[in-house]
Amino acid sequence: MNGGNGIAIDVKGLTKSFGGREVVHDLSMQVKRGSIYGFLGPNGSGKTTTIRILCGLLTPDSGEGTCLGYDIRRDAEKIKRQVGYMTQRFSLYQDLSVRENLEFVARLYGLADARGAARDMIKRLGLSGREEQLAGELSGGWKQRLALGACTLPNPQLLLLDEPTAGVDPKARRDFWNEIHALAAEGLTVLVSTHYMDEAERCHEIAYIAYGHLLTHGTVEQVIAKSALTTYTVTGEDLNELAAELTGKPGIDMVAPFGTSLHVSGRDVAALEASIAAWREKSGLHWQKSQPSLEDVFIELMGRSKDNFQ
Amino acid sequence: MSTVDHPAPRQEIRERFGFLRRSYAMLVKEFIQLKRDRVSFAMIVMLPVMQLMLFGYAINTTPHHLPSAVLLQEDSDLARSVLKALENTAYFRFLHEVHDVDDFDNLLKSGKVLFGVEIPRGFERAVRRGDRPALLVAADATDPVAASAAIGSLGMVVQTALKHDLYIGDPPEMPFEIRAHARYNPAAASSLNIVPGLVGTILTMTMLIFTALSVTREVERGTMESLLSMPIKPVEVMFGKIVPYVLVGFLQAFLIIGIGVGLFGVPVLGNLFLLALLSTLFITTNLAIGYTISTLVQNQLQAMQMSMMFFLPSILLSGFMFPFAGMPAWAQYLGEGLPLTHYLRIVRAIMLKGATMQNLRFDALALAVLMAVAMTIAVTRFRRTLD
Repeated sequence: MNGGNGIAIDVKGLTKSFGGREVVHDLSMQVKRGSIYGFLGPNGSGKTTTIRILCGLLTPDSGEGTCLGYDIRRDAEKIKRQVGYMTQRFSLYQDLSVRENLEFVARLYGLADARGAARDMIKRLGLSGREEQLAGELSGGWKQRLALGACTLPNPQLLLLDEPTAGVDPKARRDFWNEIHALAAEGLTVLVSTHYMDEAERCHEIAYIAYGHLLTHGTVEQVIAKSALTTYTVTGEDLNELAAELTGKPGIDMVAPFGTSLHVSGRDVAALEASIAAWREKSGLHWQKSQPSLEDVFIELMGRSKDNFQ
Repeated sequence: MSTVDHPAPRQEIRERFGFLRRSYAMLVKEFIQLKRDRVSFAMIVMLPVMQLMLFGYAINTTPHHLPSAVLLQEDSDLARSVLKALENTAYFRFLHEVHDVDDFDNLLKSGKVLFGVEIPRGFERAVRRGDRPALLVAADATDPVAASAAIGSLGMVVQTALKHDLYIGDPPEMPFEIRAHARYNPAAASSLNIVPGLVGTILTMTMLIFTALSVTREVERGTMESLLSMPIKPVEVMFGKIVPYVLVGFLQAFLIIGIGVGLFGVPVLGNLFLLALLSTLFITTNLAIGYTISTLVQNQLQAMQMSMMFFLPSILLSGFMFPFAGMPAWAQYLGEGLPLTHYLRIVRAIMLKGATMQNLRFDALALAVLMAVAMTIAVTRFRRTLD
């Protein structure tokens, strides 16, 4: 394999604009081979655009890099042979059956035995008995499974999955992630975009992107540590009132209710503690200093980037 | 999922004959989609049959019993004979007999009659003197087709009918002049001309629309994103999308010609194989043009509009509706750029005149050139990215 230095994706300074609006700004990233790389960020943050640039569907305005050792500008055709891309919206043929869709993909990639490959994949996906069902008639979970099957069929080196589990029930999501881990164990590199924090925590590495800027990346622990966020978890009565009063106080960057508790976070520990001091001793409230969750970090990042870039 | 139980089977990827394999993959997919689309599938058969039945029987440029009026300015035997002869042609039915020019004009103007025949004062005497007086035939030109056929037949019919009524014997020429713009109507029976023309028109319409929607449909359904992320080339997409419809077009052509021969008695004087071969060329040319439209537009509505923009001139400037030679030079040049123009010549010549390849090589070449141009535009215009 080319680029056998253990790096599957290596891009620098990717920039892409649509109609004068910059969607991806100076984005650089590296993804190790065999790893699962989570791509997080709010809607419209440029995740899909970045993924499309990586698989050759879009040409970057500037920036360069390699995908599986191939130049993303010049070798789009070679990259396409080695990359399985699962689109955000189901993009297989709704009026073709499960089997016909898989056979179509197998033939396009030139598998020696297209029918056999489709048959094996149907078994592997647990779709036996549904092979003659039209893809459009499958439920969301099955569609997503079929789409994953279709993009892994030609034995790609890299999977690009764009919000693969959006609108899928928890059981199907769990199964899906087990499959992704199994594929990664076989040596596949997976880049997956998601909104779910539990999914982010199942990735080897994550990157957070907002308004086209890659804000932070690393393992989950690294990202949390880098945020330098201090979080207090409050439980007790009248949390809604408390939330309203704390919001906007100096040092308090974020107040977010989590079920029966409230997360109060800030970057400046001293200012934060000064602001909450008045409520610390209030009866009926229980304060505890805790690790910020990944979600705290992301929401804080999102709030911050909104100020910076919008 | 059961990855562990079924480890991913590693199949080798073949690089040879990639073009054929990928085109084939696309072709199979298109065939299945066409098969699933019951309405479109039914239209493939119903459209030509219905149109042929409708137009073959309904379009009859040989008029019958056109409502007519006569302005009789002299009540002579000869005048009566002429009128009788005209009525015997079955073209005219005299509903009104007037003696005043104003009444005559009003009848025509109001549309109560389509034809007016004026027999002038002193007509019989002038004929006998050999002065060749004028018999004015006024036609309502708003329906030129009906008018021209009736006018065209006037001279012959009247002369034949009058042979017996005139005491001049066998006149070497018309004893009187018919003052009307007689136009040439090439076909005696309309269906002989219409059926071969319909082969071309119906094929133009169906082929154009089938492929004009093909690429935009993939874009609108979101499947284009998937397709573009796979290693398929624009030329392969094009072939995969065109070839199934060549068979569809062939089936339609077969149906139309079959019905034409069976029901309308249209002959096929020329070589059937040559007809099939050149029809296939014409079908492919139209598919290529439709496909080109598909690569130029943004959505299916635009595709339909653009198809119509191509289809209307095809009908009007190709010689299907109006004689090609009668058009001004610039319109003829435009017409030469339309595949239907060439195919109409081909199909009429082969079916009605028994023409050979030797006679038709210019038109066949023109079709091939148009096809190559369309395909080149399509392949260059096909967007390989989503930019």
